[in-house]
Amino acid sequence: MNTLDLKSGKVTDVREAENIVVRFSGDSGDGMQLTGTQFTDTSAFLGQDISTFPEFPAEIRAPIGTVAGVSGFQVNFGSKEIFTPGDMYDVLVAMNSAALKTDIHKLKKGGILIVNLAGFDKKNLKLAHYPEGINPLEDGSTDDFIVYKIDVTRHVKDALATSGLGNKEMERSKNMFVLGLLFWMFDKSMDYTIGFISDKFKKVPDIMNANITALKSGWNFGDNTEVFKTRFKVDVAKLSPGVYRQITGNHATAIGLICAAEKAGIQLFLGSYPITPASDILHELSKYRGNGVKTFQAEDEIAAICSAIGASYAGALGVTTTSGPGLSLKGEAMGLAVITEIPLVIVDVQRGGPSTGLPTKTEQSDLLQAIYGRHGEAPMPVIAAATPADCFEAVYEAARIAIEHMTPVIFLSDGYVANGSEPWRFPNAANLTPINCTFITESNNPDGKFLPYKRDDRGVRPRTKPGTPGLEHRIGGLEKQDETGNVSYDSVNHEKMTHLRANKVDRVADFIPLAKVDTGKEKAKICILGWGSTYGAIKTATLELIAEGHDVAHVHLRWVNPFPRNLGELLKGFDKVLIPEMNMGQLCSLIRAKYLIPAESYSKVQGLPFAVDELKSKIVETLNSK
Amino acid sequence: MSDIISLAPKKTAKDFVSDQEVKWCPGCGDYSILSQVQKVFPDFDVKKENYVFISGIGCSSRFTYYMDTYGFHSIHGRAAAVASGVKATNPELDVWLISGDGDSISIGGNHFIHLMRRNFNIKYLMFNNEIYGLTKGQYSPLSQKGIVAKSTPYGSVDEPFNPLELALGAKSTFVARSLDRDPKHQQMIFKRAHEHKGTAFVEIYQNCPVFNDEVFSPYTEKDSKREECLFIEHGMPMVFGNNNDKGLKLDGLKPVIVNIDSTNSINDLWIHDERDKTKANLLAGLFDNVSLIPHNPRPFGVFYVEDRPTYEDDLTAQIAAVTAKKGKTSLDKILSGEKTWIIA
Repeated sequence: MNTLDLKSGKVTDVREAENIVVRFSGDSGDGMQLTGTQFTDTSAFLGQDISTFPEFPAEIRAPIGTVAGVSGFQVNFGSKEIFTPGDMYDVLVAMNSAALKTDIHKLKKGGILIVNLAGFDKKNLKLAHYPEGINPLEDGSTDDFIVYKIDVTRHVKDALATSGLGNKEMERSKNMFVLGLLFWMFDKSMDYTIGFISDKFKKVPDIMNANITALKSGWNFGDNTEVFKTRFKVDVAKLSPGVYRQITGNHATAIGLICAAEKAGIQLFLGSYPITPASDILHELSKYRGNGVKTFQAEDEIAAICSAIGASYAGALGVTTTSGPGLSLKGEAMGLAVITEIPLVIVDVQRGGPSTGLPTKTEQSDLLQAIYGRHGEAPMPVIAAATPADCFEAVYEAARIAIEHMTPVIFLSDGYVANGSEPWRFPNAANLTPINCTFITESNNPDGKFLPYKRDDRGVRPRTKPGTPGLEHRIGGLEKQDETGNVSYDSVNHEKMTHLRANKVDRVADFIPLAKVDTGKEKAKICILGWGSTYGAIKTATLELIAEGHDVAHVHLRWVNPFPRNLGELLKGFDKVLIPEMNMGQLCSLIRAKYLIPAESYSKVQGLPFAVDELKSKIVETLNSK
Repeated sequence: MSDIISLAPKKTAKDFVSDQEVKWCPGCGDYSILSQVQKVFPDFDVKKENYVFISGIGCSSRFTYYMDTYGFHSIHGRAAAVASGVKATNPELDVWLISGDGDSISIGGNHFIHLMRRNFNIKYLMFNNEIYGLTKGQYSPLSQKGIVAKSTPYGSVDEPFNPLELALGAKSTFVARSLDRDPKHQQMIFKRAHEHKGTAFVEIYQNCPVFNDEVFSPYTEKDSKREECLFIEHGMPMVFGNNNDKGLKLDGLKPVIVNIDSTNSINDLWIHDERDKTKANLLAGLFDNVSLIPHNPRPFGVFYVEDRPTYEDDLTAQIAAVTAKKGKTSLDKILSGEKTWIIA
């Protein structure tokens, strides 16, 4: 619609929207992640709901200008509740030809394409492997979009002509010019970003000023040139009242662990070996020396988990963080934690596999490895996070169960929730669920000798730690005699211990919430059963289909081992069960095996999350099939 | 001397004997090592509950079950990693690591070198029998080249490690070697190791009577011991031989065997300095096979000692320094982060 922009007096097309998806795309060195983060944080501070999807190459600096080096940051922000970063973009910013080539196919028809002309010269077109003489900006292939061709590089150099900076340094500010332009387009204040730049570059005033100047000139470019006929109006979201912050999944995981250890009254020890996309948890936790957090960058994945086992044995909350390949390496040590019945949290931020696979892309393909991937009968509880903020609660729950039930627990996250971010109405520390961590100091045996494997009514053995007088005892990886914990090769005892360990894990189900319908109603025609990071896409698809008149329900699992006690009964109430997963149908196999229901798998293994539209089509197709 | 008289009776070796039946083969060198450890422990000023034994996998690693202390029998090769986590969490504990040659140098080789460089205050006893015992007789990375074992019927073509050179190269701060059949020497070495603040690596030649019997007999048997062993002591000349009539002299950086007679007096010999790393490396390099003619004697004793801060002390100090500077962040502050906004 055409309205009068009161501020500038210019007639512009102001599009009102419930939500807008913007994709910043450029070379790895173009600062797209920073640009996207600033845009996101500003939106969040203005009270809009958001969901982000950073996507970057596995190479740190792939050759400049190539498709391999394209780094993207996608944000969906809006006045309604947002659960995904969006399937298609309303606005695409392409800093060079390779970025355009990579991302143009997901720009909506009629969407806005902003390009940096300097990235479309002969050299850049060639680097992006466009055929000789073909320029996508001139061959009609972008006719479906509103295209703004801006020589960002030249404008930035003009704006910074008197800054005294060299060419290269001036060019580095071009992302800020684009950000300023976007802020103008969406009528967002630059204050947050100016504050950020001032703080980040306070020791280098030249760079600070250059970035602020570039940011403002981008805004002014939009405001003054009359090139842009379109601005957007997105209201603030009607989120639940409260105090919010912005958080990524990995950050939420880190602070969830700190909170759990402090609530339990024990040290936090992280043994970790760097691996994408889990390393940020190690980075974050290493900042908390002032809180006594002990991070130990081990020599390898095995040392990482073994040091964490040692730490738990000595009385800490031992944690190890990794991704799929690292989880495989930790397998034997996990068995040790199972048989010694020691609390331990194993964080697996899943990525595309097998082997090195797609290290910077997301996948849910470690589920069966998490549940079964060990030698011997070695069950352990497994919990999965649904969203970035949910990583906090899920890892906190993992730690609570590990400590209170004397068992290793696997917490599953993935590249999508780990790097994605959302607004979070964070809890008060006082309201966090208490974690009961008791170390016994006197023998549990009236006749004297301490019985380290004498269980309570939950099947849980007592915890003590070295340094406690009178309770000296030995534990280890050899099968132990019931109650005494002494080495035993007795066959009947081994079977008994195997069952005792399995029962202990099974009984965790008595201490976790029952499964319930998240969206829709019980006994609907179709249930979409999800786990982990597919939450947002499934929820959005379900909401939209219900609005369109379909009888759909969404059930989402947090604990994937053990399953909630009522899960089978709940699922049997639906006519059909469809299980979308970013793997080949791993949860689906578990559900079919355990409940003998004809659940159907919807599999996607492209290293990418589900798009809402593809989910909706599949759900409708399944509904309509016999 | 302290005026306070402890009312608790002094512990004896028996206080460290667990109720578990010892199940090593008859004649195994492990018995002697267990016995010497139990004998020296009452002399240490450590509360019994603060001892922790951590072991890997192999015959030697069953040691943990036989000590009436806290003990953790872990998995193959990983005792060093488990011990690191224990010591980092509670530096008050007196951590002893028990391992074998395969456990330490083969499957656990990576953890071994990293433990050495980090210098946790851990006592590391490596029982070296130059064979895999528990898997019934395959050669180990310390077995001599050419050994005929279960997996090498035509002889091994593997060059063995020199474990002391490996430890020194990995920046170990205490390196020593002892023998299962010399109880007094073991006790002395264990005491020295315990005095050291840092990772104390002790290699113990240990006879496996079943799979590699008498491999160390030149160093342990009466008739050859004094000719083949060089017992080193800080500040003392390097003398050996049946009649203490031989010695080692340094010709530049080359050790040379000399007879102590009118041309070479005892004053001309190499004087052991356990603080000298270059010379410790020379000593560790005395690794000749006894079949060589001529060959150098094999040194036993403390090769090298260095004072270096331990990992856990540096970690504790860093935590104290950061806490002093920044203070402890409250959970609510951690939860809220730096930037928040309110939705009414």
